[in-house]
Amino acid sequence: MTAPTITAPPADEQLLVPVLTADWGQPESWKLAQYEARGGYRGLRAALVRPPAEVMAEVKDSQLRGRGGAGFPTGLKWSFVPGDLSPKYLVVNGDESEPGTCKDVPLLMASPHTLVEGIIIASYAIGVNQAFVYVRGEALHPIRRLRAAVAEARAAGYLGTDVLGSGFSLDIVVHAGAGAYICGEETALLNSLEGRRGQPRLRPPFPAVAGLYAKPTVINNVESIATVPAIINHGKDWFLSMGTERSRGMTIYSLSGHVRHPGQYEAPLTITFRQLLDLAGGVRQGHKLKFFTPGGSSTPILTEDNLDIVLDYESLAAAGTMLGTKALQVFDDTTSVVRTTLRWVEFYQHESCGKCTPCREGTWWLVQLLRRLEAGQGHPGDVDLLLSVAQSINGQSFCPLAAGAVACVTSAVKHFREEFEAGYHTPAWEYLPYAASAAFAEPAPDRSQPARSAPDPAAPDQAGAGQGDGAGRSDEASQTDPAGRTDEGVTL
Amino acid sequence: MSAQPFEHDFKDTGPIAADRPDVDQPFDQTTRDEMEQLAARYPDRRSALGPILHLVQSVDGYVSARGLAAAAAVTGISPAQVQGFATFYTMYRRHPAGQHHIGVCTTALCAVLGGDAVLERVRSRLGIAPDQTTPDGRFSLERVECNAACDYAPVVMVDWEFMDNMTPEKAEQLIDQLAAGEPVQASRGATLAGWRQAERVLAGFDDGLADEGPSAGEPSRRGTEIAASRGWTADTWPTVGPTVGPAAGKDRP
Repeated sequence: MTAPTITAPPADEQLLVPVLTADWGQPESWKLAQYEARGGYRGLRAALVRPPAEVMAEVKDSQLRGRGGAGFPTGLKWSFVPGDLSPKYLVVNGDESEPGTCKDVPLLMASPHTLVEGIIIASYAIGVNQAFVYVRGEALHPIRRLRAAVAEARAAGYLGTDVLGSGFSLDIVVHAGAGAYICGEETALLNSLEGRRGQPRLRPPFPAVAGLYAKPTVINNVESIATVPAIINHGKDWFLSMGTERSRGMTIYSLSGHVRHPGQYEAPLTITFRQLLDLAGGVRQGHKLKFFTPGGSSTPILTEDNLDIVLDYESLAAAGTMLGTKALQVFDDTTSVVRTTLRWVEFYQHESCGKCTPCREGTWWLVQLLRRLEAGQGHPGDVDLLLSVAQSINGQSFCPLAAGAVACVTSAVKHFREEFEAGYHTPAWEYLPYAASAAFAEPAPDRSQPARSAPDPAAPDQAGAGQGDGAGRSDEASQTDPAGRTDEGVTL
Repeated sequence: MSAQPFEHDFKDTGPIAADRPDVDQPFDQTTRDEMEQLAARYPDRRSALGPILHLVQSVDGYVSARGLAAAAAVTGISPAQVQGFATFYTMYRRHPAGQHHIGVCTTALCAVLGGDAVLERVRSRLGIAPDQTTPDGRFSLERVECNAACDYAPVVMVDWEFMDNMTPEKAEQLIDQLAAGEPVQASRGATLAGWRQAERVLAGFDDGLADEGPSAGEPSRRGTEIAASRGWTADTWPTVGPTVGPAAGKDRP
């Protein structure tokens, strides 16, 4: 609401700059031959003839900031690693799991060589001979594509003991995770990669001093590293010419939810939410924007008051939220904010690693309160209790996971307190029938049908057809209301 | 293991690990060699723990007792430490997965866009609740958290391949096709080859399917296609100073 706004851009302004996404529509874009044909590995060749310090300076001076959420300057992070110590490691964070975030997975799928080239250049600049890419385990096909790219690069001499005859040696190990959001936190990721439970470490020491195997380690997001070849190719001035004063360059914005054309939009960090929404065809037909996350579920939600906000680090911070992973999840006026908040908080409760008591216990209590508000069984005062529990979690944990849970609760209550208070008497699925929010809902939903008596289209006698004795056990499955809530959702 | 099966209260999940006769024998030489190969890929053998457990699952269908013991022996840590690791991560199973493992995303955005309704239909079609496996071992079901495909919501994962833009009807059809043994191509991936093969790939042994599937789905390409239609490229961006003018495209959205 108090966020800075900019005036409407001229009609012919270039809004999108496809760099990382440029080849995603090309056939077999993941193959080395295609990548090379379109100028791939030129950046590496250019980097290898310059001293490593100069390559690092180029990236540092480009003011590239980390694309994984925190926005820490990438080149600065590299420079914290002591140059004279060996071994040291580069670990690429491909654990993309923040709800709403869906940019690294398509990048690994469509253009894995961009990341491989970025890794080689970064490793050369930092003086690393062993790099790791930690990809979330659920991303099976991206892992296949990345592994194939690493193998192709090795066979072509881009990896190995003597990269393109430069004397520099590097190998990359692609490591699959096993399902844990917390491993996107860099020290939890290091623990996981070491074969331990993915719980964050106390800092200091920072990973730049004692990271993987207690050796100096740089950890960067997939998109950050994949941006490096473009900076080397086009030069830092090109990169600096995009974005705002402290948020330079272009980045991938991910639009999802109730927009006509959800997808990936690569744009300079000057684009506004309204411009992006326009490119995506606007909010779903016949509906209005209700709220959106600017950078994943851990970033406080915004509303139509913030349509003209510039999607850079500073403008969003000024609006009391964060750019995060640039994952814009858009929800229209059919959406129950209570239901949405509950599902986010259930996510944080499920993904809490359990190390810090306020997070482990607090997210559980938030879920209990939200479940009874959703069921219309809230007690008067529950909304204040919700805020009080959130308050007692905030800032009391090692890592920002708990802060993410708190952010979605407090920002939702701030904007939609009345809807939460309706949970003292009205179930959320009656307040705003859930069926209307579905992507496959009828364009003009008929709200006259009582939600609780809708017939289940999948009758129990169809269950398990052709699957042996799978049928006949669906009595449990049918103990849910037609809005699709499972029975575990209402127990209190 | 005792001759008398252990009695427990969770009938739907089948016998517990200790009672599975098929995993009473040591792993064959090939599997043991592969565990060694994984350990050799890292500066510290313990780093291979996660991949080794994926390999165990690809052979036994879950983290079996012998898998725990073998992982401990190969990485040089105690079975209790392996157990502590395995129970932390949701992809490591304590009970056998089905031939096809179905994950329905019900994190906020997918749930709101219809994931809840999809899950409901899948549940009643399979006749099982999340975290259960059909008695014939064909399917297992899981409510998954956000799988980084939000622009394709609601999303279902089968054997960790993306099945995009689901509806209850499409999900039902998908299950019927799989049940009938028909080949099913993932929306953005390979032909579904079963959960165990997926686990083997995750362990680090490629199955040669990287070249199946498209470069990207339509939503992933959307911004790029708009840019192309307006002539916006990295090179048309006006760099510092009065060099080039703005892009060729003139139309506002």
